[in-house]
Amino acid sequence: MVVYNLYIFHRNGQCLFYREWLRRKQTKMTQEEEFKLMNGFIYSVKSFVQRLSPTDLKDGFLSFKTNCYKLNYYETPTGLKFILNTDNNVSNIRDILHQLYSTIFVNYIVKNPRCSALDIINNDQEIFIEKLDEFISNLSIFSQTNKT
Amino acid sequence: MSRTNVKQNIDTRRVTQELFTLTYGAFVAQILNDYEHVDEVNKQLDKIGYNIGVRLIDDFLARNPTVGRCHDFRETADVLAKQGFKTYLGITPSITNWSPGSDEFSLLLDGNPLTEFVELPDGPGQKLSYNQMICGAIRGALEMVQLEVECRFVQDQLKGDNTTELRVKFLKKLEDALPIGED
Repeated sequence: MVVYNLYIFHRNGQCLFYREWLRRKQTKMTQEEEFKLMNGFIYSVKSFVQRLSPTDLKDGFLSFKTNCYKLNYYETPTGLKFILNTDNNVSNIRDILHQLYSTIFVNYIVKNPRCSALDIINNDQEIFIEKLDEFISNLSIFSQTNKT
Repeated sequence: MSRTNVKQNIDTRRVTQELFTLTYGAFVAQILNDYEHVDEVNKQLDKIGYNIGVRLIDDFLARNPTVGRCHDFRETADVLAKQGFKTYLGITPSITNWSPGSDEFSLLLDGNPLTEFVELPDGPGQKLSYNQMICGAIRGALEMVQLEVECRFVQDQLKGDNTTELRVKFLKKLEDALPIGED
C-alpha cells in the first residue's frame, strides 16, 4: 500500500501545506492552479454529496476511488481540510487523518505561537515536517511507498 | 523517600490550576498598571482571550474527537459547558435562563478557578471585569466553528453578586467561503 501526497486547506480555501512522498506523474499546471482546482473540486463534491444524499448526512464526503488511486478526505469542525491520496487498497483512514490533525497539526502548528492559523506552512516549520514524515512513514499503509 | 514517591504525593492537577490562577492574576495586575482606564483593561483582556480561543478550539477538537459541528445552539451550550469548561477550567457551569427564541443562555459559574484568591478593590477597580478573558476565549473559539456570539458577564461574585453569570448570545452563523469564481 502506498501514500502519495497530502494537501491541507484552510477554511478560506487557501492551501496551507502540500507534501508529496511518491508522485510519478506531475501535472502540467502550476502548483497554484492545482491547489485552486483541488479546493474548488472539494467544495463542489461536498455540496453535491449534501444535496443528493437520500438521508441525513453525518460525516459527509469521505473519499473517492479511481482505478489507480484513492482520495481520502477529512474536515474538522473548524473548517480545516486534510486530503491524503493513497493507493486503492487503503480502507477507511478517517481515524488516521484525525490523528494527523490532533497529534501533528495541533501540536506543532496551532501550539506554536509563531505560526498564525492563516499562514502558509513553509520549510521553516522543520519540526512539523519532520514529525509529519515520521507519522506517515510509521503508518502500516506506508510500507510500500518507497519500494514500488 | 525515593523520587517517584514524592512525585505521586503531589496532585499535579491542583498545582497547575493554582499556577494558572496566580499567573492570570499577575497578568491582570500588569495590564492594570499599563492602562489608565479600566474600560481599556477589560477590552485588552477580551482581546487576549479571543486570540487564545482561536487556537484553543483546535486543541479542544483534537482532544474530543467525537465532537462534530453542532446542529443547534442548545447543543453548542451543552458542549461548551460540559466539555469545554470541564477540559480547561475543571468546572461544569450550569446552563439556565434560555431566551424564548433559544438564541441566548446563561452559564452559572460555580467555583471559578480564575478568581480563587481574588478580591476587587473599591473605587474604579469595581468596574474591572476580571474574568473578561473567558468571554473573549468563547467568542474566538465559536467564531472558528462559524458561530458569531456575544459574551458578557451580567453577575459577578467578585462584585458582591450571589453568583457569577455569563450571558452568551447567538448573533449569526458565518458562512463558508466560496472558492473564487463560483456563485
